[in-house]
Amino acid sequence: MSFLRNRNLQCLHLASKRYLTTQPSYDGHIPLNWFENAFLAVGSAVMSLADPRRGDMVAALGETTAGPALPKLREKMLASAEGRQVLKARPRVNSKTVDMVALSKLPAGTFGQSYFNWLERCGVTPDTREPVRYIDDPELAYIMQRYRECHDFYHCICSLPVNVESELALKYFEFANFGLPVAAISAIFGPLRLDSAKRSRLFREYVPWALKTGGNAEPLINVFWERRWEQNVEELKKELRIEDPPPARWGKPLSEAAREKRRRELLQQASTSSETP
Amino acid sequence: MPAASRRLRPLQLHARLTHSSPSSDTTHFGFQNVPRHKKEDMVKSVFSSVASSYDVMNDAMSLGVHRLWKHDFVSTLNPGASGPSKCIDLAGGTGDIALRILDHAREKHYDRETTVDIVDLNPDMLKEGQKRFKQTMYHNTPQVAFHLANAQALPPAQFPSNNYDLYTIAFGIRNCTDIPAVLREAHRVLKPGGTFACLEFSRVDNSLLSTLYDSYSFSIIPLMGSIIAADRDSYQYLVESIRRFPSQPDFSEMIREAGFTTGAPREGKGGAWRNLWGGVAAIHAGVKL
Repeated sequence: MSFLRNRNLQCLHLASKRYLTTQPSYDGHIPLNWFENAFLAVGSAVMSLADPRRGDMVAALGETTAGPALPKLREKMLASAEGRQVLKARPRVNSKTVDMVALSKLPAGTFGQSYFNWLERCGVTPDTREPVRYIDDPELAYIMQRYRECHDFYHCICSLPVNVESELALKYFEFANFGLPVAAISAIFGPLRLDSAKRSRLFREYVPWALKTGGNAEPLINVFWERRWEQNVEELKKELRIEDPPPARWGKPLSEAAREKRRRELLQQASTSSETP
Repeated sequence: MPAASRRLRPLQLHARLTHSSPSSDTTHFGFQNVPRHKKEDMVKSVFSSVASSYDVMNDAMSLGVHRLWKHDFVSTLNPGASGPSKCIDLAGGTGDIALRILDHAREKHYDRETTVDIVDLNPDMLKEGQKRFKQTMYHNTPQVAFHLANAQALPPAQFPSNNYDLYTIAFGIRNCTDIPAVLREAHRVLKPGGTFACLEFSRVDNSLLSTLYDSYSFSIIPLMGSIIAADRDSYQYLVESIRRFPSQPDFSEMIREAGFTTGAPREGKGGAWRNLWGGVAAIHAGVKL
């Protein structure tokens, strides 16, 4: 079947043609040229609005629209001693790297306890964050990942639950503090999904708080949260210059944490059953 | 959304590259080389992953053009023209071709006796097909039947030799590990005088069209897969598998080697194949004499 040999060469040529200028720079990296980037930005924007539960599309939107905001964040981090430590250590936030049991045992009033309680009260878990795929520079990709994984810390430190109006308030806060375009996009288009009563409350009470506090606060990207579990949460808020928002509506806990736990168990069962001969 | 939560990664297997010419223990899976015995499972898992959004994605990726191709394919075959036909549609999962065959026989030839056996390797695709057929008038009639089987080795008990008038396989044969085996089985189950017809993505000769098509395939389609179906890898595999499929002349030679009689080894009227859209897709046909 000599025809197959020629076709193999043709296919290899095509495969190398695909990545015109870049090879993947880290595990899971998908390099995009400018056109693909624009296409994904538009597609993910449409899809995120149509189905906000598509976390992967919100993530893609953030990555494709980051632009110069990530290098600016890197400058901020390099200018702060704590930020430099974060860049060096590159800590990750998920249930493997964060000892939930130890957090639950911390005294009341500490940041660690407060975070643990917040997770329980909202029914969420740090394990459902998408990995970064579309950012070419590995360090900038880490900064994006750090921003994404620390999102729950921002919720906790600002005492905001996970309903839509609180998420949007936090987006305004994030835009003021981090400057990422995706925060602005979510902040502008997100309110379209709210009813008018919630929307007017958002703009009357939350947005002024978010923009003022976000702009005033220390750059949260610099904070090495994992070293502050034992710190008193009120003291931490004062250090970071964060004021409490207007009282929020705390609903029932979501099922996200429970679903993730069940999914993990099923995967583990599947892998152990496939291992048995 | 089922597709978003079920994130299968069929391409995370290590590739083994052979140093010599293609040996018999590895084969291609898109641009990777994989152990031969693994390919079937990998293809199965790709199609389980895409099954629920298969039709939506086809419309999105081809901008609806796949409907024109399938209509052209079935019209050319003209099932029911010489009386009721026993048809078998391989890799027929979601039932596109089978439904068109039955509708064509009914509308053009007032034929309600033509039957189609839909055969697919993947149970999730068959389930989608059964769901689709529930919306049609053929549900629960003897005109359609669904079978889970491997095109390379159709069980003789279920699929006796010399049984069918028409064998179709649309956009399926490039995913099979052993194409000659599929062609031999096709030859076996067809009656003498029966027709073999294959609609498949193929090689584009025109270099301008080819460049545009490549950019579209490798840039846009995997992104569409990640946006619409939350599954980039399966669509990356699909566009790569198109490049690995033999060219039109080579494939028509394989059809002849299986024992079919085809037209002259060229394109167009009287030829062994007909290009659609410059070769983006092609219809190959052969007759068992």
